[in-house]
Amino acid sequence: MEPADTIIRVQDLTAGYDGKAILEHVSFDVHRGEVFVILGGSGCGKSTLLKHMIGLYPPISGQVLIDGADIVTADGDARDAILRRFGVTYQSGALFGSMTLLENVRLPLEAFTQLDLEQMDLLARMKLDLVGLVQFTGHLPAEISGGMQKRAAIARAMALDPRILFLDEPSAGLDPITSAELDALILRLAGSLGVTFVIVTHELASIYAIADRVIMLDKRVKGIIADGDPRRLRDESTDPYVRQFFNREAELAA
Amino acid sequence: MTAAALAVTEAADGHTVLALSGRLDADTIPEVWRQALQVVRGSGGKSVVVDAAGIDYCDGAGIALLVDLLRQPRQTPIAVENLKPAFADLLRQFDPQVLAHDQDPEQPRRPAIEELGHNAAIMLRDMRTQVEFLGHSTSALFSAIRHPSTIRWRDVGVVCERAGADALPIVALISFLLGLILAFQSAIPMRKFGAEIFVADLIGLAMVRELGALMTAILLAGRSGAAFAAEIGTMRVNQEIDALTTMGLDPVRFLVTTRVIAAVLMTPLLTLFAVLVGLLGGALTMRSFGIPFITFLHEVESIVTFQDFMAGWVKSFVFALLIAGIGCLRGLQTGAGASAVGDAATRAVVSGLVLIVIVDGVFAVLYFILNI
Repeated sequence: MEPADTIIRVQDLTAGYDGKAILEHVSFDVHRGEVFVILGGSGCGKSTLLKHMIGLYPPISGQVLIDGADIVTADGDARDAILRRFGVTYQSGALFGSMTLLENVRLPLEAFTQLDLEQMDLLARMKLDLVGLVQFTGHLPAEISGGMQKRAAIARAMALDPRILFLDEPSAGLDPITSAELDALILRLAGSLGVTFVIVTHELASIYAIADRVIMLDKRVKGIIADGDPRRLRDESTDPYVRQFFNREAELAA
Repeated sequence: MTAAALAVTEAADGHTVLALSGRLDADTIPEVWRQALQVVRGSGGKSVVVDAAGIDYCDGAGIALLVDLLRQPRQTPIAVENLKPAFADLLRQFDPQVLAHDQDPEQPRRPAIEELGHNAAIMLRDMRTQVEFLGHSTSALFSAIRHPSTIRWRDVGVVCERAGADALPIVALISFLLGLILAFQSAIPMRKFGAEIFVADLIGLAMVRELGALMTAILLAGRSGAAFAAEIGTMRVNQEIDALTTMGLDPVRFLVTTRVIAAVLMTPLLTLFAVLVGLLGGALTMRSFGIPFITFLHEVESIVTFQDFMAGWVKSFVFALLIAGIGCLRGLQTGAGASAVGDAATRAVVSGLVLIVIVDGVFAVLYFILNI
């Protein structure tokens, strides 16, 4: 049994593709309401970990429990119930190009609720209002900027009021101002709605701004080499790679 | 927690009280939402108060219900009272008046006459682009032929394999069946007149002059033309075409020339193959009608001249240019969005088929005039 404030438990997870392990025996808990960041160098398995956490791929061994339920073994209604507990945004936004922003956000509501079309429209516009896009509801994704697409993707991920939001590289390719706006949005949603965030990124400025806790992956050990508050890791970690990662990038950022 | 519930009461001073209680989320509120809206819309000028004291839990859908009530156009505004502070914070994030109207309404459609003109302009622009592309690719092709060392022969080889060798099974199957069916359908009526042997003449002339080249071209338009458009379209979407341009490499020379050369090398060979397999299909059918292979071959040999063979074969070169050219052009014209590559492939196939049929018709008229 996990502690009451644990919302995600990753337990002895060995993850990879086609039987080839990229991460081995990884274990950690994510706590309710936490902004939890997964970081590490290129190819260390950040996105692999995220894809296994959301059940896109079955683990080679071990398990991922969302609110105590295993998404890999669940099927039918049980799987739908787990899927409704979280929303996901992908690196590219992954908005459906042939649908307007309103239709994109309305889609999960159509699939999972019994609300009338008018009610779903209002709810979808409220989600878009929350991310500052209420004036673009009729636009297609191709007609708005990359930053706006990422915000719209967050609105879609929030359509069913999930308790967890998984964000894959939300700041990648965004200018610093848009990136900071996105950070502010994450903090606002975490604060006002109590949403738990699991974010894959290596944008240090974002990490310092939003992260309650960070785990750092390393491909040499195929697992976690650091876990904790990002500033403490920067200042106190004894692992040379962790210090190098934080300090070199911090110097570059400065 | 209890399910969402609504109780409507009339207060002593005449205002209506909507008491919401229980858990308000997307699963529990649809019916309560409809009822509450009905009460508010039917309350006329009376003031309405929403008593939210009984709400145990309220997520985004519950807040949407409250916003929907608050945004209703009324003389006396609705008041929400006794909402727990955590939920009140959520409600405060939204301005019901902003959400009262669609902030980004759909643009009205153009009048029909304007739409017609718009589409005509697009067609004209497309024709102009095709002419420009024809000039550009012809120039690139001649330049490449003058300097063969500049051609990326490795890429040509890869395209030859995909568009040529890999297409052999489907070309064989379709041509064989075509010869088989054509022979069978014509042999039955011709047998009534004792003229089965002339089926060999029909199959021979049809396959060599017309169907061998035409069927191969149609198959390649669906197979290789679409593939060229999709490959180059994906490169366009991934900005690889932009990268080529900024590196000073002409995309037409780099991408189109190799594909056109490969198509021109492979299509005539596939046409020859299609003709042979089609004749084999016809010969097999005729065998079942009692005409031996050797008799069938002698009959074909006696009717099909070298001129007939060249009349069909020359077309295959032209079809190759059309298929590769239009496939590459549609790929280079790929727009943005998820459907863009699919659209490019579709347009490549449709344009390719239309052009093949038109050009085949032109050849038929030309051969008639030249008495070929």
